[in-house]
Order: sequence, then structure tokens, then C-alpha cells
Amino acid sequence: MTVATAERSTLATRNGAHADGAKPTPVIDVRGITKVYKMGDIEVHALRGVDLQIYPGELVAIMGPSGSGKSTLMNILGCLDQPTSGKYRLDGVDVEKLNDNQLAEIRNKKIGFVFQSFNLLRRTSAIDNVEQPLIYAGVPPRERRERARAALEAVGLGSRLKHHPSELSGGQQQRVAIARALVTNPAIILADEPTGNLDSRAGAEVMCIFQRLNSEQGITVIFVTHDPRIAQHTRRIIRIADGQIVGDEPVEEQLIACHGEPLKY
Amino acid sequence: MPIYELVRLAFNALGANKLRSFLTTLGISIGIAAVIALLGIGTGVQEYINQQFASAGTNLLGIVPGRIQRGGPPSGFGQTSVLTVSDYRAVVNSVPGIVDHAADFTSVGNFAYGSKTSQVQVSGVTPSFTRVRNWPAARGRFIEEADDGARARVVALGTTVVKDLFEEGEDPVGQVVRINGVPFRVIGVMESKGSSVFGDQDAIAFIPLSTAQERLFQQQAQSKSGERLLSTIYLQAASDDDRLFIQAAARTVLREQHRLRPDQEDDFSIISQAELIETFGAVTSVLTIFLGAIAAISLLVGGIGVMNIMLVSVTERTREIGLRKAIGATSSAILSQFLIEAVVLSMIGGVIGVAIGIGGALSISNFVDFQAVVQPGAVLLAVGFSAAVGLFFGIYPARRASLLNPIEALRYE
Ligand SMILES: Nc1ncnc2c1ncn2[C@@H]1O[C@H](COP(=O)(O)OP(=O)(O)O)[C@@H](O)[C@H]1O
Ligand SMILES: [Mg+2]
Repeated sequence: MTVATAERSTLATRNGAHADGAKPTPVIDVRGITKVYKMGDIEVHALRGVDLQIYPGELVAIMGPSGSGKSTLMNILGCLDQPTSGKYRLDGVDVEKLNDNQLAEIRNKKIGFVFQSFNLLRRTSAIDNVEQPLIYAGVPPRERRERARAALEAVGLGSRLKHHPSELSGGQQQRVAIARALVTNPAIILADEPTGNLDSRAGAEVMCIFQRLNSEQGITVIFVTHDPRIAQHTRRIIRIADGQIVGDEPVEEQLIACHGEPLKY
Repeated sequence: MPIYELVRLAFNALGANKLRSFLTTLGISIGIAAVIALLGIGTGVQEYINQQFASAGTNLLGIVPGRIQRGGPPSGFGQTSVLTVSDYRAVVNSVPGIVDHAADFTSVGNFAYGSKTSQVQVSGVTPSFTRVRNWPAARGRFIEEADDGARARVVALGTTVVKDLFEEGEDPVGQVVRINGVPFRVIGVMESKGSSVFGDQDAIAFIPLSTAQERLFQQQAQSKSGERLLSTIYLQAASDDDRLFIQAAARTVLREQHRLRPDQEDDFSIISQAELIETFGAVTSVLTIFLGAIAAISLLVGGIGVMNIMLVSVTERTREIGLRKAIGATSSAILSQFLIEAVVLSMIGGVIGVAIGIGGALSISNFVDFQAVVQPGAVLLAVGFSAAVGLFFGIYPARRASLLNPIEALRYE
């Protein structure tokens, strides 16, 4: 993989999920969401009424200054946290009505989460890390191994199965984390500043994987970034400031991060 | 989640911190080892005592002067409570159902052979003693009627006395030893009885009763009124029922012999084998309970150790718990995961403890006379108990882990 070059996207025409006309139901449908953190007497309004629809197969970047509520929104979208008020429908299901076990199942099967700080288990090999979600999904050990290996091969780490996180570079660790997110075949991948701790080269690798997962498998990918160039790899950029959406534009000149072989997953 | 997945996760987590896991299991190991060893020794002692009494002959009654009260010191020794040869004759002649009987007069004698000396118990016994006590001579012979009739200066030695006086390989039978300066011919060596709750049973020598009473211990063996004294009268019954009858009848006879008024207490004691077993059984079971309680306390301490480490572990692994929740672990999965971890931790301790306990119990058997008996039931109990300790002390930390908010857990530094 080489550093991304500016190139007109062919993906947009191939994969125009939200083309005007017969609109499909949004996979993420958020209406009037607020989030208030109470810290003693102080109330922090992290989100102040967010409306957002994201359709299946979209590749979206969320940008905004620090403290604007991006992580708060991502956590709510990922069913890790509940909004103080407002409605969130995920794939037509009213998340508010789900109990804890159902939320855990959604996090397990429907959503893959990628973190800025990777959050891999220490002293645990790459393949064992990737297997973890499948344990909770009740997949038997043999199948688990196979699927974890396939996921690691898909992110280009087929030769690092037994490596521990401390033996991998930051970019490689983040790719293990992405393999862990995609091993359960989720509909959506949510990534909170996935390239925040990476150099531009490793960042481009991550973008390449996201673009391929999006274009070749139709997985909806939403990620947060501060880097306008990284954001240019998507087809839509949502801007947040002070807990509100202040911008939502399509990307004119999409950057393509991948070159060469298509993703075999 | 299937249990084998949880156990695998537990082993992975514990393996990530081997030294700490090992040190934590140590507390449980020590507790369980103590339980196993103490129960094994307790059971061994119990069996040993039963065996000792059984070898002394079943349905045997012993009559001794003075009162031995259960749970208190013997009383009546201050008065001249004695057993005499005429008591013995009266009992044997008037109580029916006695299958066999024997009597002894026992004191201490100074033995000398060549330059070697030894001070041991000397028992003047009737020839029937060897049958009633089920204690034959291993070499030579025991005291016989002719010896008793002739007040012969012959002696059958216990093995400890032989060891004290003779060189190894030297045959004592036929040699002459001096007891309190009086020469005695050695006619036999007794079978070894080993040591028991009563001490070394082989530190004894047997001479004819008449010889003891009329020659060696003439002074001691005479009452103020000139009657010949006895230390013990043994009565052998045919059955358990007979024994109870004989016990009651002998008591009546002896009270008459001693001219006791109805309001006076017995000045003798009739001890039965069965009662002795019961008494010792009570002592050893109290001992076992006491030692068991100490072991239980050490297990409790071990359990608190497990809880402490699990709490530390939950705090340390807060981010991991957050991540697991983010990738789809339910609260109950986290709960079971940490609970199983605590149980696995203490069960490893339990298994190590069982091994140490069995080893300890068996090696103790090398230093004492009895064999410790480790019952499979005790092992199961110990391992089960260690699992229960893990479960009990693991619940609180595991619950804390399961209740963590995933977002806060992921933000935890
Ligand atoms: N757990 C929390 N408790 C209190 N305040 C919080 C908490 N999480 C976030 N906040 C506050 O909410 C606001 C939005 O935070 P966040 O969503 O993390 O912003 P971003 O990811 O855009 O930097 C910030 O002011 C932050 O301090
Ligand atoms: Mg953030």
C-alpha cells in the first residue's frame, strides 16, 4: 500500500446507496438526541439535539473540535451509552426499548467498534484478541479460529497471528482491532479517532481497509477524525460543534487509499 | 456461555499473572493441606486406637483399685483402696459366665545384665495372662503353672528390655539377669506390641505372680492386714451381653468383699474395652474438630486473599472489562467469567493443598507408629470446599466487575 493519492472515486458510482429516488430505510436514525452529564452540581450538555440519518453502505466521517460531543455521539450510536432524551432507531429497532442483554447482542453482532487506543488485551496473541467477540457470540472454538484467521488475513496480518500487541506497530495493532471489529460480520463499523494515534502511512492503511470493507462488503463505516485529509476518504462529512450538527456535506473529491489487490474477505 | 469457555478464559487470565496467581492459591493450599493432613491423622489415630484395643482381646474387663471417674481425676487413691487375691478368688468363684481370667501385680524393677542396666515395669502375672491379653511370647515361652507354683525366678522380657540389656544378635533366652539384685533366668521374649496411647508397651517384663508377691515385691504386695495385693484383675466374657452381666455381678461381689455400705461409692473400677474405645474416641474426635477448626480459619484467611486479589484484578482490568462489554459481553458473562476465575484460582489451591496434605499425612506416618488414613471423601470435601470458598469470596469482586459501566471502564486510566 502506498500513501493515498487524489483520484476520482469510482466507488461512488458503483455503490451509491443513498442515491435520490427510492430511499431505503436508514440503518441509523437519530432524532433530537441530547446527552447531559451530571457532575455533582454541574451539568454538562454534551449533545444538544442531534438529528442524523445514515443509510446502509455509507462511508461517513465525523469532524469537530475537541469536546464537541463526537465521542458521546459515537458511544450512543454504538449502544454503549443511552441518550438523555431523543429517539435512536438502529436498523428499524427502537434502541430505547432494548434490555441490557439485547444491547450486548447488538454490540456483538451488528456493530464493530474501533478505538483510538486500540484496546487490545495485553499478553494475548493477535488471533486470540480477534476471537474474543466470537466467544460471546457462542461460536465453537474451531470455527472461531478459522474466522479470526480470515479476519486477520483480510487486514493484511496473516503472518502475525501469534504476535502479541507489544510485538506489533501501532498501525498493526489498529488493524488487529479492526479485524476484531469485523470478525462478527457486523452491519456497521464505528471508529472513534481510529487514526488519532497513527502516522499518516498507517492512517492510510486503515483508510484503505475501511474503503474496501465499505465498497466490497457494503459495511456502513462511520469514523471520527480531526484530519481533513483522512476525512476526504469518505463520501460524506458531518461536522459537530458544541453538541450540535453544524455541517453535513458530500465529499467532492474522494481520496482512494488502496492500490492493488482487492480485499479477500 | 458454556462453562469450558469460562474456564479457558479463567486460565488465560490467571496465566497472564502466574506469580500472583500462585501466591494467592498458596493461602488456600495451606488451609486445604491442613484439613487433609489433620483429618488423615485423626482418622489414623482413631483406627489405631480401635486396633490396639481389639488386639488386647474383645469383651475384656479390667478391674483396678480406686475410682477412675470419667472426665475427672481418679479419686479414692488417698484411702487404702486395694484389690487382693481373695477379691480375685471371690469374683472368679461366684460370678458365672467368666470364660477366662488373669491377674497381675505390677511394680518397677532395676534390671542388670553384665554392665548394662535398665529400669522397667515388672508384672507378676498368672500364666493365663498371655491368653487373656492375647500376647504370646515370640521366642522361648511365657510363665507357666509350674513356675507360679514353684515361685520360680524366671522372667519373660519385653523387646525394649532386650534391646536395653543385650547386644544385637545375642539370644537372651537361658541367660540370667538381675532384677533388684535377684537373679532371674530368662525363659522367653514377648512379641512386640509397639507403642500406643499408653506409651511403650514393650518396656515390661513378666515374672510369676507368686514370685512377685512373695519374693521380689514382698513388702509392697502386702496389705496392712497381711493380704496379698493385685494391680489388675482381668475377666474375659464370651459375648457383649455376658460382659455387661459380669460387670454388674463382679461389682456386687467386690462391694461385699470390701464391706461397702449402700451409701458409699465403689473403691474400685471396672473398665471395659468398649468404654475405653468410646472414651478415646471422644477425645480424638474433639481433637479432630479442634484441628479442623484451625484448618477452617486458615481457609477463611485464604479465601479473603482470593477476594483481595480478585478485587485488585477487577480494578486493574477495568479497561478490559469495558472492552469486553463493548464487543458484546453481557453483564452475566462478565460475572461468570470473574466468578469462575476465583473458583479456578481456589480450586488450583485446593488441588495443590490436597497433594501437600496427603504428602504431609504420609510423611508424619514415618515418625509415629500409626498410619495416617486419607479418605477419598476427605479429598472430595476439601476440593469442594475450596471451590465453595472461591465462589463465596469471588461473588463480590465479580459483581463489581459486571456492574461496571462500559464507557467509564474504557476511559479508565
Ligand atoms: N463521563 C463524562 N462525565 C462528564 N462529562 C463528560 C463525560 N464524557 C464526556 N463529557 C463531556 O462532554 C463533552 C463532550 O465530550 P466528548 O463527547 O468526549 O467530546 P469529543 O469526543 O468531541 O472530544 C465534553 O465537554 C466532555 O468534557
Ligand atoms: Mg473524543
